[in-house]
Amino acid sequence: MSTKTRLKTSAMIASLAAEGQATTSAPFGHALVEAAAANNRIVGMTADLGKYTDLQVFAQAYPERYYQMGMAEQLLMSAGAGMAREGFIPFVTTYGVFASRRAYDFICLAIAEEKLNVKIVCALPGLTTGYGPSHQATEDMAIFRGMPNLTIVDPCDAVDIEQATHAMAAHDGPVYLRLLRGMVPRVLDRFPDYRFEIGRARRLMDGEDALIISSGLMTMRAIEAADALAERGIRVGVLHSPTIKPLDARTILDEIKRDPQRPVYVAENHSVIGGLGESVASLLMNSGVHPEFHQIGLPDEFLDAGALPTLHDRYGISTQAMVKTLASRISLTHAS
Amino acid sequence: MHLAATTAIAPADISALRQRAYRIRRHALRMGEVQGQGYVGQALGIADVLAVSYFRAMNLRADDPEWEERDRFLLSIGHYAIALYAALIEAGVISESEVENYGSDDSMLPMSGMAAYTPGMEITGGSLGHGLGIGVGMALGLKRKRSRSRIFNLLSDGELNEGSTWEAAASAAHWKLDNIIAIVDVNDQQADDKSSSVLGYEPIADKWTAFGWTALRVDGNDLSALVDAFDTAQGPADGKPRVIICDTLMGCGVPLLENRDKTHFIRVDEDEWRVALEQLDDTYANQPSAEGSDHP
Repeated sequence: MSTKTRLKTSAMIASLAAEGQATTSAPFGHALVEAAAANNRIVGMTADLGKYTDLQVFAQAYPERYYQMGMAEQLLMSAGAGMAREGFIPFVTTYGVFASRRAYDFICLAIAEEKLNVKIVCALPGLTTGYGPSHQATEDMAIFRGMPNLTIVDPCDAVDIEQATHAMAAHDGPVYLRLLRGMVPRVLDRFPDYRFEIGRARRLMDGEDALIISSGLMTMRAIEAADALAERGIRVGVLHSPTIKPLDARTILDEIKRDPQRPVYVAENHSVIGGLGESVASLLMNSGVHPEFHQIGLPDEFLDAGALPTLHDRYGISTQAMVKTLASRISLTHAS
Repeated sequence: MHLAATTAIAPADISALRQRAYRIRRHALRMGEVQGQGYVGQALGIADVLAVSYFRAMNLRADDPEWEERDRFLLSIGHYAIALYAALIEAGVISESEVENYGSDDSMLPMSGMAAYTPGMEITGGSLGHGLGIGVGMALGLKRKRSRSRIFNLLSDGELNEGSTWEAAASAAHWKLDNIIAIVDVNDQQADDKSSSVLGYEPIADKWTAFGWTALRVDGNDLSALVDAFDTAQGPADGKPRVIICDTLMGCGVPLLENRDKTHFIRVDEDEWRVALEQLDDTYANQPSAEGSDHP
């Protein structure tokens, strides 16, 4: 009989935190409560996923500013547009799959076309549930990137989410945020100068052997991978680009041009089609900058169900998988 | 329906509304003539509803279309823009000279209604099934602000095909949004065919009632009946949203178009625009008073 721990399919509330990792509970919900204390135009709306998007924290603090709209995402988005038309700042929540696949037309025409001040906050981005394709928003950024006027934010951790929530509240216009919810790791505390700003990428680590440009939880992975590779004498830089659109073209180009010989790895918790990787690729092509270029992301497939650690390994977005990918390529380069 | 009409209707009021409806029809035909096309069948059909909405029911300021205390008119059905422009011209929100620019490049009157282009156009319509949901959000926002303004949302029978309309209908009743008055234009015509053939819509009133609305159904080209319905629908707050289902005749007021085979986009040949305008003038010249039929 095997003594190996049997990994189970993660339920909706699977945490991304490693054992012993510092976490914050419901960073979005608590940050929204803070923002709402300072701005009485903020309201919360959800489509039967208040508990699962951490909006419940807001609902408990401000029950009279909370709107349960029922399991009706098309209504959620159009009613959010209506609220914004009347001068409020609605934070509307559901899962990324439902916002992007089911409610697209309503976000596009009712919200984005009119530049309305609706903040669309969606849980389960990319591969953050093992529940299968019905809940895995692996192509949400690809769907939304073509929508004019919509800002797209893919935060790394609890620090990013807290700061992004305040930034979204202060920003005039529609925003889509890929939410990590529940017990969310805190990793950006390690970089005291770090500040989230819409439209800004930040260098977190420097290294001459390779550059990782990443967003979302893949920035956590990139930092862990860079630490692990440093122990083997491989120096990897990490540029965190939490705003996918508008992309911080200047910072990304400056960082790459600083050392054009460094291979570039773009890492994202999203399909390799249509997300950060292709955004950076088109930026580089349009700018005539041609470094060695690789993507680390999810394949163009409907993904398996299963336990998240298994799936992250299987699809190459676990820290170990990244270390393996980078170490083999970089040592090959060094050897040649 | 349980609401009682509050105001008696004076014949002079009907006569004045009749003149408004006539001029709305005329503005719409003129725009059609300028562009050589347009959804004039729908515009002629809905003109009486717009006359009662804009000149009896709603609170507006022609010189301040964004006046905070105005009633909001949401045109879900963007292709009816030609009709709403005609009403906004008649209301003095848009200059009548804009008729000459209808549908032209850089015009404030594009063929499909969009909020950014036109004063008094509250939302961007055209992708059907959006208006009532936006109306729910605005009505919730108005209640938050303790505003007495109301939402009027013009939908079509075809738009009832869209599931999102019914998401919004359920929500309006759930939130007790008695500050919404929906208007459904039933002309039994949508893009491919008669609406009743594309996707049967009856019993419309029973459906809205079952969703928790107060539903009224009237002849949408009978001004007296419309006034009665709109007055009734504006009755005291009772926690229920209201819908006025209006059966209308496409092309109403212009025999040439009333009698033409009905399609979503009624063909009008180049030499027929003048004929249509003359027929409209005749219709109103022949029935000048409110004493006879209310039909144009």
